[in-house]
Amino acid sequence: MLCRCVIFVLLMSQFHASAGEIEVFAAASLTDALKEIASTYEKSGGDHVVFNFAASNTLDMQIKAGAPADIFFSADEAKMDDLEKAGLIDKETRKDILTNSLVIVVASDSPAVFTSASQLTDSKFKKIALGQPDSVPAGIYAKQYLQKIGIWDQIAPRVIPVESVRAALAAVETGNTDVGIVYKTDALHSKKVKIAREVPSSEGPVIAYPAALVQGSKQAADAKKFLDYLREPASLKTFEKYGFITKG
Amino acid sequence: MTADDLQVVGLTLGTAALSTLLIFPFGVALAWLLARKKWPGKSLVETVVALPLVMPPVATGLILLNLLGRHGPIGVFMQNIFGAEIVFTWKAVVAAMAVMSFPFLVRTARIAFEEVDPRLEQLARTLGAKPARVFMTITLPLASRGMIAGAVWAFARALGEFGATILVAGNIPGRTTVMSVAIFSDIQLGNDGHAYQLLGISAVLAFAAILFSNQFSKWGATR
Repeated sequence: MLCRCVIFVLLMSQFHASAGEIEVFAAASLTDALKEIASTYEKSGGDHVVFNFAASNTLDMQIKAGAPADIFFSADEAKMDDLEKAGLIDKETRKDILTNSLVIVVASDSPAVFTSASQLTDSKFKKIALGQPDSVPAGIYAKQYLQKIGIWDQIAPRVIPVESVRAALAAVETGNTDVGIVYKTDALHSKKVKIAREVPSSEGPVIAYPAALVQGSKQAADAKKFLDYLREPASLKTFEKYGFITKG
Repeated sequence: MTADDLQVVGLTLGTAALSTLLIFPFGVALAWLLARKKWPGKSLVETVVALPLVMPPVATGLILLNLLGRHGPIGVFMQNIFGAEIVFTWKAVVAAMAVMSFPFLVRTARIAFEEVDPRLEQLARTLGAKPARVFMTITLPLASRGMIAGAVWAFARALGEFGATILVAGNIPGRTTVMSVAIFSDIQLGNDGHAYQLLGISAVLAFAAILFSNQFSKWGATR
């Protein structure tokens, strides 16, 4: 048994890094949509696409350490800016592909009604779940917004910072926090929460998912083809199917 | 279980088994040196080996990423000698598992060596056995149960390894996605149902490993 497993692993190694393959480092929230788009791309004669899905800050760290990525598809501008500053992406190819908006969510059976985000200052909301406001993109955006409308300092003591936007959603779903701020795409995914208020795009921060070629890609021309493919109508439709808002 | 799930389970079992086989001889040798010998730098080595137990796994992963990466000393060395890239391949999965599970093997095997009664070894020596023969016929057989228990511990720890793995090997479906990473991905995506399925499989594997370990010690005890 043990030996068979080892042989299996050794066989696996042959599949590594063959030519004509594009490595895409993409934010975890894009997993389902991108897998579907890549399979259509391959069927229509495109190159084989290999993904590495993780949190954008993890991917940022990995690319800085010299990971063999061809394309970086981030869930926030800050991580892309960071790599651009470090000269690790080809900024000519950088494009925003998707957008998202922030929503305030409560449990489906909660009686809370929001007419304005300022109501978060109400003391009946004892615990407010946010992505870690200094590292998780959704948390960073939420903090920016709350600062902009001037209530961050007031509610900061009641903020429960969590490890990802999914964890913030789960906290509200399970009733462990009274309210949370998450992306609209995540909120639409869940039957156990309802959107109490959507942050209007005019008030909220600009949330975009940029993609770009990574500097030093060994197959820049092929990777560029897939990058362009992501913005074709068929791909955008797939993103929309998974709840993303596409950039026209 | 889908074909993808089977691949994930197979990769996880395979890499964990390989990691355990790789560390076994080194872990046992070090455990013996720690249990039976006095040497300069012993406490330093002891501390370094225990570090992965106390450091956050993500921090261990970051250190590994910088050591094994394209610009890292070990990464450059491997690239030059074997032309092999480690990070973001199954090799990185094995490396992360090996480092994270090593202390479990060493600690358990060390206790096993310490529990071997030195008088038995002395007795064999007075009967004329050479040190190597004493080690092979007295020490090793008496410590073998503890060594195997340590290996099972290390294997179980490797099966669940997440923090260091996701940094140094990534989450590349079909290549480096092991069970813990797949479960994490499912949770991130809201595929809770699938996460629970994989969790069920993990639980069965853990149960089997513990059962094996218990059966083995019973067998050893009645031998």
